[in-house]
Amino acid sequence: MTFSQNNILEKAFCFHCGDDCPDNSITLEEKIFCCTGCKTVYEILEAGKLCNYYSINDSPGISPTDIRLNKFEYLDEEEVISSLIDFKDDEIISVTFYIPQMHCSSCIWLLENLYKLNNAISISTVDFLKKELNIRFFHKQISLKEVASLITSIGYEPLITLQHTEIQKDRISNKKLYYKIGVAAFAFGNIMLLSFPEYLASGLKEEYYIHLFTYVSLFLSLPVFFYCASDYMISAWNGLKNKVINIDFPLSIGIIVLFTRSAGEILLHTGPGYLDSFSGLLFFLLLGKLFQSKTYDSLNFDRNYKSYFPLSVTVKKNQQEINTSISNLEIGDRIIIRNNEIIPADSILFTPIANIDNSFITGESNLIERNAGDLVYAGAKLSGSAAEFEVIKKTSQSYLTNLWNNDIFNKKTDRNFTTFSNAISKYFTFVILIIGTLLFLYWLPYGFGKSLNVLTSVLIVACPCALAMSTPFTLGNTLRIFGRRQFYVKNSQSVERLAGINHIVFDKTGTITQSGDSEISFNGDELNEEQSSLVKSLTSNSSHPLSRRIYSFLPAADMSYVKDYKEIANAGLEGIITEIEVKLGSREFVTGIKNDFGSAPDLSSIVYLSFDNKTAGYFQIQNRYRKGLSEVINKLNKKFSISVLTGDNESEKEKLFQLFGTKSEILFHQSPEAKLEYIQHLQSRGKKVLMLGDGLNDAGALAQADVGISVTDNVGSFSPSSDAILEATSFSSLHNFIGFAAATKKLVYISFGISFIYNIIGLCFAARGILSPIIAAVLMPISSVSVVVFATLSTNLLARTRRI
Amino acid sequence: MSVIVILIFFSLIVAIGFLIAFLWAVKSGQFKDVYTPSVRVLFDDQNKIIDDPESKH
Repeated sequence: MTFSQNNILEKAFCFHCGDDCPDNSITLEEKIFCCTGCKTVYEILEAGKLCNYYSINDSPGISPTDIRLNKFEYLDEEEVISSLIDFKDDEIISVTFYIPQMHCSSCIWLLENLYKLNNAISISTVDFLKKELNIRFFHKQISLKEVASLITSIGYEPLITLQHTEIQKDRISNKKLYYKIGVAAFAFGNIMLLSFPEYLASGLKEEYYIHLFTYVSLFLSLPVFFYCASDYMISAWNGLKNKVINIDFPLSIGIIVLFTRSAGEILLHTGPGYLDSFSGLLFFLLLGKLFQSKTYDSLNFDRNYKSYFPLSVTVKKNQQEINTSISNLEIGDRIIIRNNEIIPADSILFTPIANIDNSFITGESNLIERNAGDLVYAGAKLSGSAAEFEVIKKTSQSYLTNLWNNDIFNKKTDRNFTTFSNAISKYFTFVILIIGTLLFLYWLPYGFGKSLNVLTSVLIVACPCALAMSTPFTLGNTLRIFGRRQFYVKNSQSVERLAGINHIVFDKTGTITQSGDSEISFNGDELNEEQSSLVKSLTSNSSHPLSRRIYSFLPAADMSYVKDYKEIANAGLEGIITEIEVKLGSREFVTGIKNDFGSAPDLSSIVYLSFDNKTAGYFQIQNRYRKGLSEVINKLNKKFSISVLTGDNESEKEKLFQLFGTKSEILFHQSPEAKLEYIQHLQSRGKKVLMLGDGLNDAGALAQADVGISVTDNVGSFSPSSDAILEATSFSSLHNFIGFAAATKKLVYISFGISFIYNIIGLCFAARGILSPIIAAVLMPISSVSVVVFATLSTNLLARTRRI
Repeated sequence: MSVIVILIFFSLIVAIGFLIAFLWAVKSGQFKDVYTPSVRVLFDDQNKIIDDPESKH
């Protein structure tokens, strides 16, 4: 049987956060709140005359998590402050916080009006896409700790982690690209205008003007050559040093020859040069670079464990609680972890019972109950009341973080992957050099000057600018199309790699199963309204993970008082409600019969229920597989070989084989290292591997795989470092994405073909030694524009026909 | 014809002015966040209405 939750007639929604209110008891000025936290925030805002917050959007607020006074104690330490702040002078400190809760225009409004809450804040500015809040405050009047507490008190808790303090400065490069485009566009426009007289009035008599125009052009092109083109030449040089010929090599040859020949012609007064083509070429190339550099600002693809862990933890020493930074944590330290805090190192639980949320580690957000003496891994989150732990390993040596010591995380380069364009440019350069030399030798009898002219002409028209632009525009557009479908790819190289994969590895927990959402069914006689209210009342007293799930599964009902409530560890709950004895728990506890595992279909969690010692049936709680999983698998199975890795036991073996077919390899009991090694093993057999995972335990495998996709229910929350982030809602389109990436590869080849046609036309002119500046000036933009138009139109069209 | 030389000189000065304006705009962060200002500009009006209801609009 299934219960629906729709039979509640009138639901009250919290005025502040819009959540359901359990009852209507918390009110203020006829406004209903779901909890005192929300009410407090409302009171703060009202006192600060900031209620406009509620008029911009309906219930925009965030229910505050518990606010502890000493939560930000570590922000008093000078060392921490200096690592966090942007700058400091005698009066003002500027600091940037990352605030993941920011979600609507009301948030922007409130956070930018912080000065109304506290005079010591001089200005606060929001960058919504990056979810960053920059605050400037007078540090003599308010401390950093107080600022953090203030924004936490209104529901916007800043996320302060190790990684955020370490990396924040990689965004300067984009600024440089804008500068370069600006300079190139300026030079391109002006040189083109100065070239017109030469083109339009070919018989211009006054030599004086022509020389003036060309000298001005040469002057304008200097910054283009020395500033805008520098990246290409540096890249080509680095490639040569590593004995690799990349696409930037023929480009650099083209650029250098274009510039030196033009400069030579102008200075020797032998011709007008090709400076308009030269500056236009760089302008288009840089535009392509900008188009390709589409980034998702609020997403972070390069997280390591440091971005999950807090900066400090409370250590208990000689009856005193001291905040200690994670890196100073020693083996044997007693640490106190509070609700929703992350355990920073492998430790042993000291408190009798604690509920642990392993979602960071496995991706599964189910609560697990742990007893005193149990080992808890770093990265787990505590849920419920505070607990004490003893550290048994340092943070950097813990089970999970140890993974980051693997070499794979130290390789910053794009491994040994060669892009299509780089692979082609090797042959391209070779062919062009041969053609150039042959023509040079052919024209040599007609004079050295003539043959040098032909050679440079060949190198100019062969400059593969259209070739260099087809990849960024095709793949850059693909990146955008994917982004619209909640599939965020890190860069265009990842799209290329995705096109080439032939083996797919899935992580089970959290990736193909839906985290948090489990399937609960009740086997036995259908519960009537009264019975279900009894069970709900009983479970409302327990914080056991299974009780909570059953509680939320049952429809809302009036609660009754539970007499003689008892919760027995590892057994179950019992209590007397309205004269009926209700028991809920293990089979042995409820029915008295020992567990014989044969009776249940698999090892999913089974909770028995009895009324007055009469067994009514059992609740079965199972992981639910993602929607559309079997269709996706069926489609992928036709093209790729598939493996499934899981850290779990073999309880769901049959179901997995049913889903994935018997051809697939399904491995159980996989440690994070084993997953990484499995990927390496596949790669050593020549496979190009796509890995889909979600937890920190997949981080190694995701990094090792040719393409690592992390699947997440909430973009921007926790996802390990990967090449792409796939929102769970788009999981069912996975096969479409892979197919589309492969198809765009073909489009890149076609646009290569188009650019070759222009190259051949240009070569015909060059070979005969009649490449005039005007032909170059016409041919070059046409070839670039047609490649760009083809790339964007064809990818959009393809996306439409494939329904992406 | 020498007026052309003067014109070119002036046109270049104007163009360089625009280039400097663009570089300044990039430097001052106008391309850093292209979303939030679009929301922010809508707030000021509402702000005035609530803060001083008697103000003349």
